[in-house]
Amino acid sequence: MKLTLRVWRQRDADAEGAMSTYEVDGISSDMSFLEMLDVLNEQLILAGEDPVAFDHDCREGICGACSLVINGDAHGPERTTTCQLHMRSFKDGDTIDIEPWRAAAFPVIRDLVVDRSAFDRIIQAGGYITAPTGSAPEAHATPVPKPDADFAFEHAECIGCGACVAACPNGAAMLFTSAKVNHLGVLPQGAPERETRVLDMVAQMDEEGFGGCTLAGECATACPKGIPLVSITSMNKEWLRATRKVAKR
Amino acid sequence: MARTVWDSSVGKKTVMAVSGLIMLLYLVVHMIGNLKIFFGAGEFNHYAHWLRTIGEPFMHYEWTLWLIRVVLVVAVVAHAVSAYQLSRRDIRARPSKYVHKKPRATYATRTMRWGGIILGLFIVWHILDLTTGTVHSGGFQPGHPYQNVVDTFSTWYGDVIYIVAMLALGLHVRHGFWSAAQTLGAGSRSRDRALKAVANVLALLLTAGFIAVPVGVMTGVVS
Amino acid sequence: MTYTDYVTGEPVADTKAPAGPINERWDKRRFEAKLVNPANRRKHTVIVVGTGLAGGSAGATLAEQGYHVVQFCYQDSPRRAHSIAAQGGINAAKNYRNDGDSVHRLFYDTVKGGDFRARESNVHRLAQISVEIIDQCVAQGVPFAREYGGLLDTRSFGGVQVSRTFYARGQTGQQLLLGAYQALSRQIAAGNVEMHPRTEMLDLIVVDGRARGIVARDLITGKISTYFADAVVLASGGYGNVFYLSTNAMNSNATAIWRAHRRGAYFANPCFTQIHPTCIPRTGDHQSKLTLMSESLRNDGRIWVPRAKGDDRPPNRIPEDERDYYLERIYPSFGNLVPRDIASRAAKNVCDEGRGVGPGGQGVYLDFADAIRRMGRKAVEAKYGNLFDMYQRITDEDPYEVPMRIYPAVHYTMGGLWVDYDLQTTIPGLFAIGEANFSDHGANRLGASALMQGLADGYFVLPATINDYLARNPHQEPVTDQHPVVQEVLAETEDRLNLLLSVDGDRTPDSFHREVGELMWEFCGMARTDAGLRKALERIPQIREEFWRRIKVPGTGEEFNQSLEKANRVVDYLELAELMCLDALHRAESCGGHFREESQTPDGEAARRDDEFAYAAAWEFTGTGEAPTLHKEDLVFEYVHPTQRSYA
Repeated sequence: MKLTLRVWRQRDADAEGAMSTYEVDGISSDMSFLEMLDVLNEQLILAGEDPVAFDHDCREGICGACSLVINGDAHGPERTTTCQLHMRSFKDGDTIDIEPWRAAAFPVIRDLVVDRSAFDRIIQAGGYITAPTGSAPEAHATPVPKPDADFAFEHAECIGCGACVAACPNGAAMLFTSAKVNHLGVLPQGAPERETRVLDMVAQMDEEGFGGCTLAGECATACPKGIPLVSITSMNKEWLRATRKVAKR
Repeated sequence: MARTVWDSSVGKKTVMAVSGLIMLLYLVVHMIGNLKIFFGAGEFNHYAHWLRTIGEPFMHYEWTLWLIRVVLVVAVVAHAVSAYQLSRRDIRARPSKYVHKKPRATYATRTMRWGGIILGLFIVWHILDLTTGTVHSGGFQPGHPYQNVVDTFSTWYGDVIYIVAMLALGLHVRHGFWSAAQTLGAGSRSRDRALKAVANVLALLLTAGFIAVPVGVMTGVVS
Repeated sequence: MTYTDYVTGEPVADTKAPAGPINERWDKRRFEAKLVNPANRRKHTVIVVGTGLAGGSAGATLAEQGYHVVQFCYQDSPRRAHSIAAQGGINAAKNYRNDGDSVHRLFYDTVKGGDFRARESNVHRLAQISVEIIDQCVAQGVPFAREYGGLLDTRSFGGVQVSRTFYARGQTGQQLLLGAYQALSRQIAAGNVEMHPRTEMLDLIVVDGRARGIVARDLITGKISTYFADAVVLASGGYGNVFYLSTNAMNSNATAIWRAHRRGAYFANPCFTQIHPTCIPRTGDHQSKLTLMSESLRNDGRIWVPRAKGDDRPPNRIPEDERDYYLERIYPSFGNLVPRDIASRAAKNVCDEGRGVGPGGQGVYLDFADAIRRMGRKAVEAKYGNLFDMYQRITDEDPYEVPMRIYPAVHYTMGGLWVDYDLQTTIPGLFAIGEANFSDHGANRLGASALMQGLADGYFVLPATINDYLARNPHQEPVTDQHPVVQEVLAETEDRLNLLLSVDGDRTPDSFHREVGELMWEFCGMARTDAGLRKALERIPQIREEFWRRIKVPGTGEEFNQSLEKANRVVDYLELAELMCLDALHRAESCGGHFREESQTPDGEAARRDDEFAYAAAWEFTGTGEAPTLHKEDLVFEYVHPTQRSYA
């Protein structure tokens, strides 16, 4: 098929960006969306133009690197990552708009590549269980009820791609933060740091300049791993509980 | 603890949820009281007078009412200031818009901010109109709320302002109640449908109950 | 002198593994290793390149011990290293099932699975440490699958008959990596790790024979900088991307280990590549990578092709008696669970016979119809749901209704930098851990062992052994940019990038990568021949020559330039490919993933030639296009006696 692409081009963080229009031909419906962009880039390189910069790595939907807003949807029309989106979701002759994640906390580095290090700093603020190597007790010493283990897993599935932030009208990182808070908070191993974790991570999230939650629900709709909106509710509860407990100490 | 709450986006959202629920509780009571207008001037005015005597003889005349007013003012101010600060944060967090725009979220969700501003302005007008009488059409008669209400809703603009505001209220409550439940951590997957249903019913009852009064005046049922 | 005329140099030997009973060696080594006083540790800087399971766990642990760690990854976050894509699980000899597992059995299975080309001491240590890894990960909050009683669940994996694989649905690698990433994040926050994301190592700095630092490029600004340390740890993963199409991430690359090799580190067994049997077949020339379907699918799925050649009926219309469940037929006791190399080669054989299915006949069926009948759709969904979804997304076919189509693809490289028992390369102060080294898997890696090895190296082995090196070299001269060696390395790096930018030819980096990859797949893939490898060895220098004449890289070096990154990686693939082919040519035997058509049993199985090839081949770099020198490390098997592997 033949497609018209309107792609956000921006030289660096300080430059003004704008949409540029390109045509690509000979696209097969079996191609992934990124393979379609590969075709465009090969074309651009041979024409002596700068190829479109975009983040990608595993191309199997798990590393969380790919990050495109396609026709206004984070990761495009299917509920998956950009790399797992296939061209069969489009028709011959379509015009496709491709933009980067847009949020103050995710400044553009170039074209479609943004800086998501704010997510790393949220994890650094408390998204871990302190368990220095060698200090671990026997794994079966603490059984974890299966429902809790499943709950933890469901939230641990977050790939940190940032689609939640990109889709949120407020550029909020609540879904990302809540996923980690819930994953670690429900486990017995995470209990000792349960209060400080949620308080510190939320504080860091605010510090990074993410917006607040208005429960629009866009984050959960965009999440390729299906982290549910109610995850935010659970974090709110954790946060209130922690605030009360810490105040009593 | 107060500092932690006020400094955090999650904490400020809690302030909004709690103040919102206080106002919501008040509105339910207010709406039920309003419906007394359909039972004639005597009963309505008597009810209005009783409001000032709640708690007697323990409380002095109008003390309880003032107490409620103070709580409400605190709630309104807390709600509005939090909303303003959070909105500013939200807008700063998303400085550039997508070129490819898509309609997002539900109508009720998207109209929370403008709806809130409309409601804020309405409250000012409503108090100046029917509490102080400052902007009342015709002669405001303290102690005769039935007549005052009929006067207000006998003007076209009185009806329009009120009905628009009550529609905004319905939308605001629809998203606001459910949202407050999430903010306070009361939501869950199993409870979600029930919470949404309660939000819808509350929104519908409040809007219908409040709008019944101007409609009653317009149709001559109340005169 | 052509490349095939290599010279055999002095043998190389591991001098660090203590003698004595194998189960006491690790304890003995740890006791004998010198320690660095805790107060002195913060004075030592250790560079760690890569943040996967090996690098992430090593960085966190070294920092916990008190070392100053400077760590690098090319990704935008340490959380994205390709370990994240491992699906199936991690082995550990916990014997929670009481099914006869033990450290010794895991050791035995791994040596045997590796077709007797791994070092016994290392493998035994790996098996010993496996149990600690599970404890460590559970303590970190890794959400392993659990049973209703709250205890950990396990499953069995290819090549073994016990259930020792711990898993977190189909995302075990992700969960283990996030555990390591979180531990690393804690150390970053504490100021003990200086993390440089989006920074790629381009060369190694060796001063006075010791690894003292690296040259790295900031991928955002293009700035090339030097970083100095008392020791350098490479945890940069494998080199499967030489093949262009593989299950590796698009940006996984061989530059760090290849540059280290060029600076003097021996490269061992480069031809040992693992071709994973259960990948989604390619759909066309546009294909940029291949996607693995976890091997765990072989627990319940049945692999078959039509009995007749060219049978193009849809699979559901082929009656049971016209199907050939060839693995179950040839290997009745292991059936669909034979090791990866055997499953892959069997798939190739049936496809070569013309019985392959799907477009181009490059595929076999992996059928869940029986499993769905037996366990019910719900149970199959619970176990494999995410894999089925992934398959459907990619192929647009519903695996609950029609059998999956699978085909082997390059997945893992057992070869890597030669290391001793301490995981130190032949350059003092340079350590290689995880897939970047060669040590534990021999000629074939068993399923769910890569995660085990990466974490064993990073959490437990390296942090113990690096102490010894640092304690023995406590006061190394500080190195600065002004040092003549550093100046030279910097200049070479800059020249290389400038040359890439200045050729301004007419071919893209990808086109060369694709060309060399296809060549490697054809001649150095699942089956190798003397003639084919010679052809490849002739062709590679030609491609390399053409590369430097016709490469086109737009933009400049002083900006975010993904084409430049790519081109620079291809430079190294074009040299490494040559070494892989030479290694494959020189090893005129079949073993594990290395199958030489000249060396097979009458029924087509790999025939090892222990009398000639019971050694690890460690190659020493002598110059681009120059034949390297071979150093042999003889492998001695005291505990597991080499036999013809049999899975029948």
